[in-house]
Amino acid sequence: MMPFINKRVKQKAAFSFFSLISVMVVAILFIILGFIIVRGASVINWEFLTAMPDEGMTKGGILPAIVGTLCLVAGSMIFAFPVGVLSAIYLNEYLKENWLKKFMRSMTNNLAGIPSIVFGLFGMALFVNKLKFGDSILAGSLTLGLLALPVIIRTTEEALKSVPDHLRIGSYALGATKLQTIRRVVLPIAAPNITTGLILSISRVSGETAPILFTVAAYFIPKLPHSIFDQAMALPYHLYVLTTSGTNIKESMPMAYGTAFVLIMLVLLANLLANTFRHYFSKKNKMN
Amino acid sequence: MKRKRLKLFEKVFEGVLFSSSTVTSLTVLFIIIFLFSEGIGLFNSTPVEKKYKFIVSNDNTVKELSSKQLKDIFNYDITNWKQLGGKNDSIILFTINDLSTYFTDEELGANFENLPSKINELIKQQPGILAYLSDKYIPAKLDGHVIPLTKISVKDFITGTEWYPTSEPAPQFGVLPLILGTLWVSFGAILIALPLGLATAIFMAEVASQRLRNVLKPVIELLAGIPSVVYGFFGLVVLVPLIQQLFDLPVGETALAGSIILGIMALPTIITVSEDALRTTPISLKEASLALGATRWQTITRVTIPYARSGITAASILGIGRAVGETMAVLMVTGNAGVIPHTFLEPVRTIPATIAAELGEAPYGGLHFKALFALGIILFLITLIINTSVELIKTRKTS
Repeated sequence: MMPFINKRVKQKAAFSFFSLISVMVVAILFIILGFIIVRGASVINWEFLTAMPDEGMTKGGILPAIVGTLCLVAGSMIFAFPVGVLSAIYLNEYLKENWLKKFMRSMTNNLAGIPSIVFGLFGMALFVNKLKFGDSILAGSLTLGLLALPVIIRTTEEALKSVPDHLRIGSYALGATKLQTIRRVVLPIAAPNITTGLILSISRVSGETAPILFTVAAYFIPKLPHSIFDQAMALPYHLYVLTTSGTNIKESMPMAYGTAFVLIMLVLLANLLANTFRHYFSKKNKMN
Repeated sequence: MKRKRLKLFEKVFEGVLFSSSTVTSLTVLFIIIFLFSEGIGLFNSTPVEKKYKFIVSNDNTVKELSSKQLKDIFNYDITNWKQLGGKNDSIILFTINDLSTYFTDEELGANFENLPSKINELIKQQPGILAYLSDKYIPAKLDGHVIPLTKISVKDFITGTEWYPTSEPAPQFGVLPLILGTLWVSFGAILIALPLGLATAIFMAEVASQRLRNVLKPVIELLAGIPSVVYGFFGLVVLVPLIQQLFDLPVGETALAGSIILGIMALPTIITVSEDALRTTPISLKEASLALGATRWQTITRVTIPYARSGITAASILGIGRAVGETMAVLMVTGNAGVIPHTFLEPVRTIPATIAAELGEAPYGGLHFKALFALGIILFLITLIINTSVELIKTRKTS
């Protein structure tokens, strides 16, 4: 009887250990979030969100950084979303399992693994210098778009894969062409999951710093950008600058907490939105 | 007619699809090409600015000087040509700033018109001279010769132990401390993240109820979604002071701080990938084990984990990859000292942090600029190796 009890005790110990570790991991998240939310919330007010930075970043708000980030997100998605979705459709709906598909898949996987700073280097070499866009929203958006491409492709592919094959076959049986099938049958079903992917890549892009360091980000511009060839401020870069190279780091600390708060809220919102979307539509699909 | 047009449209659409996926696939190649086109110029170029030359006496038998030797000479660590394989003459350094110690203003002339001939005289008289001169001061009639400098080689770049890219007149481009710094911080991160991540993955895949899993999953996703600059910020305002107090250090920005933050950032990757791997274990294997009287814990350690071993390996490699490439968080918490680290409580500098910190100040097209792109190539190659090995592990498993 003894070894049996021993086994049970061991299992109990192991499982409690694992649950303890998991609680720890959850705690880490809540400590980070809690810390920034508590410290940041007191800074947030209407002025902080709508005013220009003032007095060497120690007063005023972060409006140009918010606007800059919005421009970059929009710019990168205009480029990355269509290309990503079209690539995913081609990979999943058109290509058969052959060397080309293997090659394309491994290339997108590699793209996903490239560090963000290397994207920054590439963006600087190609967009800023070779194509002479200069430090501009255009160069930054394209760089960020490249970074978002593999994310969009992956989520879109998963969305397309989750569409059952019998629906496609049914559509063909009714005489529809491939394109008609994709447009009328596959895409409408995959749309919610594709949207989820879009939201998540927006959240990813809005927090990236390294790719914009040398392609668009400006330390301080007291006006909003007017064209895609303007430099711009951006939230993540603003946070970096405030904490490491501001003129008066101690005084600008509250501004840093506020900026971190806004960034965290963006991410939380995006995740919440994505999860609700996924949840709502998976329920709806099941009901059909 | 309508049918035909429809067919044409289908073909055009397929063409658009094909070209967009081709562009995507070729981006990786473009990135390699551009990194190389900017960075490769570092190799086989001399380590000193183009417009400057080193001039020695005609009697000098030393054939070549390397950047490292130049640095030692300027620091007075090397003071005799004998140490460099030449004659027994002590080295006399001469730069344009030393002009007044050798010549009076009258000698040079009101508009420095005598300068070239005076410099030439000096070079002629001093067998041990090493003159560092801009092209415009080099006399037309020169009684000495320009000493060639050793070109920067790939080997020197990788094995060099000093990274002083902006030092004058002899910049040092040795990336070993940066490579070691990156590896230290990354392995430290994996040491922290692997046990935590694996335990959480096992908990989620094997122990937790479906409902608990539904709570944990979004938490892990959120952890992955927090921007790296926010992690860096948190590390800087919370972790760094904590480490400084705890270990009583002069500065809290250390490899340890970097490892902890990177460990947290690598957690989601490790958890998700290894949980997926654990889940691929066929239920029949687990049931067979349970049927033989094994507990769930024994089944996990003897059946599930061995079965998922390759997936868990892939998870740790991907985690390392995430840590190696991470820029902002590391830049903010590791202190960025470009020296070879000896303990985790010292500041270190990683490759991505170096690029991020220095590219803004490196003049476009200069040696420093090229060196940073060469660092980018190294980083790219490391991540390529990591991705390829993960893919290999995965395909080996399916076959």
